[in-house]
Amino acid sequence: MPEQPQRNAIEVRDVRKVFGAGEHAVVALDTVSVSIRENEFFTLLGPSGCGKTTLLRLIAGFDYPSAGAILLHGQDIAPLPPFKRPVNTVFQSYALFPHMTVAGNIAFGLEMLGKPKDEVKARVAEMLRLVRMEQLAGRRTSQISGGQQQRVALARALAPQPKVLLLDEPLSALDYKLRKDMQIELKRLQGETGITFIFVTHDQEEALTMSDRIAVMSAGRILQVGAPREIYDRPAQRFVADFIGESNFLKAEVTGASAGRATVRLASGTEIPASLPDGFSPSGSATIVVRPEHAQIGPDDSGAALHGTVENVVYLGTDTHFHLRLDDGSTFIVRRQNSRGGVGEDFAQGSRVGVLLGMDAAQVLKD
Amino acid sequence: MASAEEIARAADRRDIRDRWLLSAPALVIIFVAAIGPLFVMLAYSFMVKGDYGDVKFGTFSLDGWTSVLFQRDIFDDTLGLADAHLTILWRSISLSFYTTVLTLIFGFPTAYFIATRPPQARDVWIFLVTIPFWTNLLIRTFAMQQVIRNEGLINTALISLGILDRPIQIMNTDTAIMLGMIYVYLPLMVLPLYASMEKLDFRLVEAGYDLYASRWQVLRRIILPLVKPGVIAGSILVFIPSLGAYVIPRVLGGGKNMMLGNLIELQFGSGRNWPLGAAISITLMALVMIALLFYVRNVSRSEAGHG
Repeated sequence: MPEQPQRNAIEVRDVRKVFGAGEHAVVALDTVSVSIRENEFFTLLGPSGCGKTTLLRLIAGFDYPSAGAILLHGQDIAPLPPFKRPVNTVFQSYALFPHMTVAGNIAFGLEMLGKPKDEVKARVAEMLRLVRMEQLAGRRTSQISGGQQQRVALARALAPQPKVLLLDEPLSALDYKLRKDMQIELKRLQGETGITFIFVTHDQEEALTMSDRIAVMSAGRILQVGAPREIYDRPAQRFVADFIGESNFLKAEVTGASAGRATVRLASGTEIPASLPDGFSPSGSATIVVRPEHAQIGPDDSGAALHGTVENVVYLGTDTHFHLRLDDGSTFIVRRQNSRGGVGEDFAQGSRVGVLLGMDAAQVLKD
Repeated sequence: MASAEEIARAADRRDIRDRWLLSAPALVIIFVAAIGPLFVMLAYSFMVKGDYGDVKFGTFSLDGWTSVLFQRDIFDDTLGLADAHLTILWRSISLSFYTTVLTLIFGFPTAYFIATRPPQARDVWIFLVTIPFWTNLLIRTFAMQQVIRNEGLINTALISLGILDRPIQIMNTDTAIMLGMIYVYLPLMVLPLYASMEKLDFRLVEAGYDLYASRWQVLRRIILPLVKPGVIAGSILVFIPSLGAYVIPRVLGGGKNMMLGNLIELQFGSGRNWPLGAAISITLMALVMIALLFYVRNVSRSEAGHG
């Protein structure tokens, strides 16, 4: 465990990356800044083409930023070639060397660092044990399964004890069951090695399960950085709310704001409390977001914040989704967990209902 | 009524017959046009030479074979090493070897450069590499002569720049032959190298850099082992025709710098010693076969490596 857990392992400062030139120029990263702490499981989450892999490649050194600095423990590594950075990568395709054995792959980085033979041997054995691959040390990488290749790729990248491990969608090629196992395995490895992990994925569930903190990216920018709970419960922007989980968006009028809390008036005229993104003071009209499970469905009476008609009831086993058409014409989804005993009041298709919003159900968005 | 078994057997018989019939043209070409002449050559090499070329049929002699390496002294009839033949054999092997090594040195970066271009650009570069094939070998060789002769491009340029005060003699030397062979056979090296580099997964190169390998180590430990089949194929494709080169040594090497191809031609022509010519031809073929065996063994080993 590091003595100062808040120290930054990686600091990305105002990094821009432009591919091509002139009218064909593509801005892959548009002035991105982010700090990744030591011993942190940090995830870059976003749809394909959002720049998350580009950012990872800049940290690895496969590409160089068009502008800005990348600091590793306070030292700018942006101009260094990849073989001079104490950073290793687990590639999406694993990129295992087909002409070497499992052990040969794991030993490669150590050999390139010029470690003595005994040390390489001991470290390879240790790595094989860590990823539970002792039996297959002498196999060719083409003779082992996808999940095993994944473990070898991890062991190979961890063997030289990098300061930071970069993982580029390493689980995307695995089937569902294996992916679940590897998520837990990765978390375990990160805990055991104490190495900072920077993980790239487009899978929100993966990000929420594994990360200490998540950076949500879109169109070459980082939109929000925070713990999984923060990202899910308090999305700052519409894209974040929409990309992660399900969301109801409502138009509202901000009537008062102070210290992270606001009062908003909904289209129905009801005033409800809502939380604000950090350091944001809205005025006038705004969009608020309500997660389907944060709202409750109830009778159509004056206590409800919203009123509408049930358009559809979808039974999903663990819970039920009520698709509502609100009186202002917009749609709204309420999720209610199912239980075997009393299911609570039943709201059939076509019935008039009200939606109850708790003190902390609504979140004001910046855009 | 025929049983199912009988019908199946009849169908099998028809299948076998059809297979032979369909492969007959290929077999005829292989036996009559490729293997047949080799046996004629082999037979000739064991006969007594005719006075004006040709051979005396029905005779047997090992003279053809002994004269490959030895010569009979005109005065006391003892056998001594045929220095001229050994020189030519050595020149053929060493020039072919240097040509192979140099085309590899020039061809490797060329192929790597092409393989790392965007796909459309690669096609253009490969097209440019194959352009020399459209021109007759003889014309290309004479073009080379224009470049290296005493009043040629290189010497004229160097003299007018004041670097030399008199031309360097390149024509009619082993260097001239080698330059010619490098120029002519370079595409044969670049193409198979490119073919194996195009298949190379460049993410492996990135993985190498990521794991602290320097550029040289990435080349030696990752790229070279993975493109080895291309290196071997290119080397064989250059080495074999170099060994039997005829036109290039004839035009650029002048009369005295002969290679095996010219020696063979000499025996069948003005030398009027067909058995010796046949024996040298077979020797040349044996050398090529040894090179091929080496190639096959290496490729199968490296393919086993890829599993």
